[in-house]
Amino acid sequence: MSKKFTLNVDGKSHVIEADPDMPLLYALMNDLEKKGPKFGCGLAQCGACTVIQDGVAIRSCVTPVSAVTGNIRTLDSIGTKENPHPVQKAFIEEEAGQCEYCINGWLMTAVAFLEENPKRTDAEIRDLLAGLQCRCGTHMAILRSVRKAADEMAG
Amino acid sequence: MLEELTEIKIARRDLLVNSLKGGGALVLGCSLPIDALMAQTSDAFPAARDLDPSKLGTWIAVHQDSSVTVYWGKMDMGQGVDTAIAQLAAEELDVNIERVNTFFGDSFVAVDQGGASGSTGCSNSGVALRQAAAEARLVLVEKASARLGVPVEQLTVNDGVISAINDASKKISYGDLIGNDFSTVSLEWNGRYGNGLGLKGRAKIKDFSEYKVVGTSVGRKDLPGKIIPETEFAAHVRVPGMLHGRMVRPPSAGATIASVDKASISHIRGAQVVVEKDFIGVVAENEWDAIKASRELKVNWDESDAGFPTTSDELHDYIRQADVEKSEADTEIGDVDATISGSGHVVKAEYEWPFQTHARMGPALGVADIKGGEGTVWTDSQKFYDGAILAAKFMGVFEKDKEVPVRAIWAPGPGSYGRSDSGDGVADAIVLSMKTGAPVRVQWMRSEGHAWDPKGPASVISTRGAIDSSGKVTAYDYHLKGFSRQDVSSREDGPGETLAGHLLGHDRPRRWTMQQPANSYGFENKRHRWSSIKSLRDMASPLRTSHFRDPYGPEVHFASESFIDELAYATGDDPVAFRLKYVTDPRDTAVIKAAAELANWEPRTAPRKLKGADGVLIGTGISYAQRNNATNAVVAEIEINPRTGKIWVRRFFVGSDYGLIINPFTLDRTIEGNLIQSTSRTLFEEVRFDRKTVHAVDWASYPILQSVDTPEEVKITKINRPELGPKGAGEPVMRVVPAAIANAVFDATGVRIRKIPLTPSRVKAALDMA
Repeated sequence: MSKKFTLNVDGKSHVIEADPDMPLLYALMNDLEKKGPKFGCGLAQCGACTVIQDGVAIRSCVTPVSAVTGNIRTLDSIGTKENPHPVQKAFIEEEAGQCEYCINGWLMTAVAFLEENPKRTDAEIRDLLAGLQCRCGTHMAILRSVRKAADEMAG
Repeated sequence: MLEELTEIKIARRDLLVNSLKGGGALVLGCSLPIDALMAQTSDAFPAARDLDPSKLGTWIAVHQDSSVTVYWGKMDMGQGVDTAIAQLAAEELDVNIERVNTFFGDSFVAVDQGGASGSTGCSNSGVALRQAAAEARLVLVEKASARLGVPVEQLTVNDGVISAINDASKKISYGDLIGNDFSTVSLEWNGRYGNGLGLKGRAKIKDFSEYKVVGTSVGRKDLPGKIIPETEFAAHVRVPGMLHGRMVRPPSAGATIASVDKASISHIRGAQVVVEKDFIGVVAENEWDAIKASRELKVNWDESDAGFPTTSDELHDYIRQADVEKSEADTEIGDVDATISGSGHVVKAEYEWPFQTHARMGPALGVADIKGGEGTVWTDSQKFYDGAILAAKFMGVFEKDKEVPVRAIWAPGPGSYGRSDSGDGVADAIVLSMKTGAPVRVQWMRSEGHAWDPKGPASVISTRGAIDSSGKVTAYDYHLKGFSRQDVSSREDGPGETLAGHLLGHDRPRRWTMQQPANSYGFENKRHRWSSIKSLRDMASPLRTSHFRDPYGPEVHFASESFIDELAYATGDDPVAFRLKYVTDPRDTAVIKAAAELANWEPRTAPRKLKGADGVLIGTGISYAQRNNATNAVVAEIEINPRTGKIWVRRFFVGSDYGLIINPFTLDRTIEGNLIQSTSRTLFEEVRFDRKTVHAVDWASYPILQSVDTPEEVKITKINRPELGPKGAGEPVMRVVPAAIANAVFDATGVRIRKIPLTPSRVKAALDMA
């Protein structure tokens, strides 16, 4: 049965009505009209739906709205065209991604682990990005972008 | 056309669209900046335009602020082709690149140039639009000549300002010439739509020695909006009154509906079942409700005639024995059979390639709003123009050579790499909208995106070569046997080409088309044959086959370039030297040399079996192929873990020739994307199935290359041949990769693996056998 839930997303509080088992992704796409997170698999296997909850990257496609307890950040609030997040800036400069459907997952995963600690080796970056899918095969540019952003964030 | 905001031509389509949407909010001038045009959502459209390809105004508009809109009939799937089109137009018009916007993705606004297809974005549509841009410049300069009283040949253009070469005070901007109308200016159109559409005119194309914008690395125009993110993807399209749809798929391939228990979803708000023949889906106002309904709906399936005649394990023997529907020799030089039967040294090999799925990042999506013999479809399909024709045919209102009363609108979506599931998603949306009378948005679930997507065809390739006593190859014989590359058409313009159409019992055409190797090897006797066999199920098969990026290219050239390697070693030659000895096109020679040089290629006449730290096996392999006047050579440097059999491609070295290079930076990204996707297909990808159904249903059962598998380095030498014009880079290097990797495996191990994918277990087994 549908119930009311309060979601704290991108610094704003939203009350939505939904089934408790509805994944957060559908609230973000349909109720909140966010442009960043995408539906890719609904199975936490690709990362296209990734958001950050209290500093931790989570897969919104398998997170029921009833289980959302913290503050959610989506790609929509990470930066602006005038003032992009260092990760966004690097992805644009390196032209990472092609179709960009998956890119939300790579961006948000990188934002989460680089904000936690920007000092990352190349091997760590590869490991931390495992489990994200990119069908266009733009992994080379993605890895260069994350390296570049890490270096910038580490100062 | 050079137009004012008030100068909007009201075509019949405008009236149609206005009537569809109740008027208002729709008529937007084409003079709006492109951002405004592109930002149109489902309740507002740019005005429909006259789309006569023989009129210059159809292709180019110059606005009051001297900005330019190019109307392009393809779309960009993320390789920056719209930016390249803008570069070509800016170059011919002599305006800064910032002034040029490429409009695309609306069948009422831009002429059908074939959608994304065959890497022809630059080579075909770009060349046509380049001519249109040159023509526009000529018309403007002639107008300026009359206004300024200066002969045309004494005028120059700098960023849209026309001035006298000898008197800079005599000048006028493109924008100041407003009031002229390109719609009265004729071009010579070759009468074709789609990829083959060509334009000629009076204007001479700029000599490449004068290029300022073409050949520079302009940043992809689409990228900031997708990364920040503001761009509306097709997945974001919402139409007033729209229902969400989900499909219900059978438990086995070809199972039919015995009965449906509609009451099984009566507890879900507003959920309705839509069922006709074997087409079955559900709709609901809320997306999650639609998903739940599709999961909870109880359907009794009749599986008495379901399933496949073979399994993925037995597939290649099945192909060998299957009846041939059509067989042809695309190349036949000399007498191959006689030469081979008379030869004392014959080399033979057979290669196997599995079914593979496009596996787009998002499964099929379509939105359709069909009412009263008219309609609109929204799609992320690379053949989006077909969505309008498809809808008209489902509706029974399609008339050849008449205007299609359905508008197709494209928005970005997941990359599709050929004839993916996107056309099937559009078909589902059309049928659901027709049946419910409401706009319907359908999104497939992940399992459908993998299992019910049209597949890249499986094949067995047999090769033979004859070598004379001097070590010269005297005959080369190549035979591809497998499923058609267009069991369903790469176009999506008829119900019979779609899964929904099959389920509804529409007639479906059958085509037997394959592919042959593309190279310039000058063997005296040479034959390329193919034999096409029937699909494993005729109708509604999850293993129906169609184009998958570089259709049949990776499959064909895995075999042909592996076998060239085998012939090289059999003749006692180094693989690079062997190729250089036999290729006859100097462009091929150049790319092979470029790749070998980048890789510091070490000549060898036997596998080197090098070992690195921890006993890792190291090898390099080369491969090369042409494609539609592009040519590429690739050296793969690999490492194999001898304990697990896992292959890592550590480095790629590429020699490439795509004719004119328009944007070097984005071209590098395009080449890299091809290398990685093809590596993934070579090492990881196989659609598994049993006699009942397909078992590739997600990223776990159909893994692709991961961040940890990514090469350490890609080095590319790009040979620029501006005199040739652009040759299309979207997919040609795909086909070169599989054999480069397989040939490297041979160099590292002395073992020849002739079956894709080169999974750890297959490699380990081969190593253990050796």
